[in-house]
Amino acid sequence: MAKNKKKDINDLKVKDKRKRTSGNIGGDICIFIFLCLLGIFMVFPLYYAIIQSFKPIEELFVFPPKLYVLRPTMRNYSDMFKVASSLWVPLSRYIFNSAFITVVISVANIFVCCCAAFPLAKCKFPGCVVINKIIVTALLFTSSAMWIVQFLVMAVLGMIDTYWALILPNVATSLGLFLMRQSMTTIHDSMIEAAKVDGAGLFRICWTIVIPNSKPALMTLLIFAFQGAWNIQGGALIYSEELKTLPTIMNQIAASGIARQGVTFATAVILMIPPLLVFLIAQNNVMETMANSGIKD
Amino acid sequence: MAEKSSAKTAEVGTKANTPGKEVPVNKQNKFKYTLHMMRLNIGCYGLLAPFMILFTVFTIIPVIISLPLGFTNFNMVQFPKFVGLSNFYTLFLNDDIFMIAVKNTLVFAIFTGPFSYVLSFFLAWLINEMHPKLKTFFTFVFYAPSMTPSVYIIWQLFLSGDSYGFINSILMDLGFINAPIQWLTDTNYILGVVIVVQLWISMGAGFLALRAGFQNIDRSMYEAGAIEGIRNRWQELFLITVPSMGPQLLFAAVMQISAAFTVGVVGQSLVGLPSTDYAAHTIMNHATDYGSIRYEMGYACAICFILFAAMLLCNKLVTWLLDKYLD
Repeated sequence: MAKNKKKDINDLKVKDKRKRTSGNIGGDICIFIFLCLLGIFMVFPLYYAIIQSFKPIEELFVFPPKLYVLRPTMRNYSDMFKVASSLWVPLSRYIFNSAFITVVISVANIFVCCCAAFPLAKCKFPGCVVINKIIVTALLFTSSAMWIVQFLVMAVLGMIDTYWALILPNVATSLGLFLMRQSMTTIHDSMIEAAKVDGAGLFRICWTIVIPNSKPALMTLLIFAFQGAWNIQGGALIYSEELKTLPTIMNQIAASGIARQGVTFATAVILMIPPLLVFLIAQNNVMETMANSGIKD
Repeated sequence: MAEKSSAKTAEVGTKANTPGKEVPVNKQNKFKYTLHMMRLNIGCYGLLAPFMILFTVFTIIPVIISLPLGFTNFNMVQFPKFVGLSNFYTLFLNDDIFMIAVKNTLVFAIFTGPFSYVLSFFLAWLINEMHPKLKTFFTFVFYAPSMTPSVYIIWQLFLSGDSYGFINSILMDLGFINAPIQWLTDTNYILGVVIVVQLWISMGAGFLALRAGFQNIDRSMYEAGAIEGIRNRWQELFLITVPSMGPQLLFAAVMQISAAFTVGVVGQSLVGLPSTDYAAHTIMNHATDYGSIRYEMGYACAICFILFAAMLLCNKLVTWLLDKYLD
């Protein structure tokens, strides 16, 4: 809480732009070049996948590979749909499965985590310290670490091979709760007290004051929830063909060698687009909220 | 600690909730007092309930049952049979592949743990020094790889073992090698390849949290620092930024621990399960092998339990290291 006190003292005027102590131009340029070099390593495989997916077949197998396309074509994408439509279950069903699971998980995850984070961050009640400790410890145990033991529990509950097996384990994530709680603890108590004096109930305070004030965390949560849900592969949890998700089937198409290289790259690009899009949208929002955030006393 | 601070803040809240209804605390009516407080805060429990129910079923119970099931022989069909410590004996004394897995996991853990942690911290810091528009751009660039589900498809084609694989064809064109290298099946390269891919996707949740942390630091702190004589970026970083980023630092550390110990998923999708000569076999792969292929759930639970214990231990270590920044 020492931080908050400092804020009170220094909050006379919060400027959007940081006042540089000695940020010299030379340093900035060095940093920029360094970031660019590393950034090229990071995006190059993605760029290569996109380029390859637009190459016509005679360019795909040119040696050595070119980093640009001479005559871009959508052929690989239309071929992908041809391959996919020859599957047992129509492609639209897989798309629906993935979209459905993604939307349900994102909404449920954000709702459940926001509700739970507020009392943990701002109220004192018997058990809150214990629960906080458990949540922090549980951050370690992601689904990928314990899916085997989760599989056992779901088998007992009879959830294997239903949508529930994909949705429920991903709703109450300790990561989401922790992020919300961390951001909510930085909200000024005075705002909550003011609401209490005005007679707002706990739920109302949560939804009208605390959550709008932790929008950056909310957006981050959305990114994580969406991205996690979109990447879900049924694995051992789903064996009915009509319940499988898009990534599962795309990986099968790519791995089984039904498709040629260009088609495989096209599937990779298709899978990659939605999470990137959501991130771009949410990220802009985060920047926007950050510029307007901060209590002006 | 964060708990302490939340408790402190809430004291104010509950007092506002219960004007004049303070109940004295002593040992005799402590239970009564707790009940009373629970009744007063019933709304809090209501808000917590949906989360806690799902969380208990899918996180707490699975972690807890891994220990008792580790003492049994369980094949998912018959009722678990108690076999004492024999699973753990076998694991440590007779299972050579487990030892390979432990060794590989430690190698991965060093790269995807501390190394990538420091890397993401410095990247977040450097990005934060940039112009706001560039910040958005670079954050996107570095975060993008970790959110594509098609990572494995891309890298498989990138490192494909024939001469059409990108790396192979470039190296052959430049004359470094004569014949294509089997990146994904040659035991000399598997470990390195998996580490590179793991690093490539490691700018994930921890990195974003650090970015947000830099963003959230009160700008006036820097102004105050400038007045009090801070001279350069480095001083600013270590005297102002790091101390006020304790929670984010710990969070990123926890994310890295979790990622470092479950690194098997990457290897499994990239080089197969089991990989050639178990060259990239990790503890997690070992558990998957026994759990979902051989259906020896008792043994798999024992492996999982050891994994959980190791993660907890690392967590304690990091918490202890970062303790001074947490309040």
